[in-house]
Amino acid sequence: MHRVLTVGSFLLLILAGAGSVGAAEDVQTFSSDEKRQRFHELVAELRCPKCQNQTLADSNSPIAQDLRGEIYRMLEDGKTDSEIVDFLVARYGEFVMYRPPVKNTTLILWLTPLLLVVIGIGVLWRVNRRQSMAAQPANWPDGVAATAGSSEALSAKEQAQLQTLLGESEQSESGDDKSSGGVER
Amino acid sequence: MVFVVLAIFLLNGLERDPNAMPSALIDRPVPVFSLPVLGDETRSVTEALFQGEPALLNVWATWCVACRIEHPFLNKLADQGIRIIGLNYKDDNAAARKWLMDKGDPYALSVIDARGRMGLNLGVFGAPETYIVDRTGTIRYKHIGVVDERVWRDKLLPIWQEIQ
Repeated sequence: MHRVLTVGSFLLLILAGAGSVGAAEDVQTFSSDEKRQRFHELVAELRCPKCQNQTLADSNSPIAQDLRGEIYRMLEDGKTDSEIVDFLVARYGEFVMYRPPVKNTTLILWLTPLLLVVIGIGVLWRVNRRQSMAAQPANWPDGVAATAGSSEALSAKEQAQLQTLLGESEQSESGDDKSSGGVER
Repeated sequence: MVFVVLAIFLLNGLERDPNAMPSALIDRPVPVFSLPVLGDETRSVTEALFQGEPALLNVWATWCVACRIEHPFLNKLADQGIRIIGLNYKDDNAAARKWLMDKGDPYALSVIDARGRMGLNLGVFGAPETYIVDRTGTIRYKHIGVVDERVWRDKLLPIWQEIQ
């Protein structure tokens, strides 16, 4: 059962990420804008138990309407958000939460993305290392391989060439700065 | 390797019921209520109804198509002497009375939950649903959907026998 929950939640997390716009609307008048705001946040975060891929906000099923009504009543009674969520979890289980709590049964859910990132970085690093190791000495001409290594490997002549090039570009850049600066100011 | 793991994972998923949900109320007492009785609306009953004798609590309504399919089997269970309490969920009283008149009444009695508040406290999200309640009034099992011969034999009966 726990595995069903974990696997299901995992898939739903992906679906929830797709985002959705509230389609179902009831006519409710709130005593304050703050309560209206909290209502909309709650129904967007809670899941319709009958139609499991929709939030309470999206679903038009009778049970979703009932639950919205109940949340509305509880809000107007001055209940806190966590009291309302607890109320629903006590009746419908943690299934109603789109944002599952961190515990043993949901650990895989929370850790998988992290694990994937770590694996991804590992793979990238290895591929990168293998490429530079394999490609350098075999395929590249000596000069290119040396420049890819470090600037120390440049010969004196090359250093001089480099300095000239850098000097030229610096000069032209500062020249550009002057003219463009004039235009801007 | 990754493929094999994924394949096993997904194959496993094929055999599961995507609608299966763990009930939050298993091993918890039947919620507190005080509701009128169908056919005798001036009389109201409470959760004390479930004390002393095991019972099935069956959530039904005339608007529920699957309940129509389930009804004959409930009659059969009642004939075997199994105590079934009905929860007439968000229904029309007159229609519900007529339903029982036409199809037979398997229920020891049916409680009227016109506004669905009791259903909400039970964590009902559709009809039919059937709960097994032991003699202390504790919910022991919840089945969502139609109870038929097979469901009864494979899922409900073992638990029912256990609590006798």
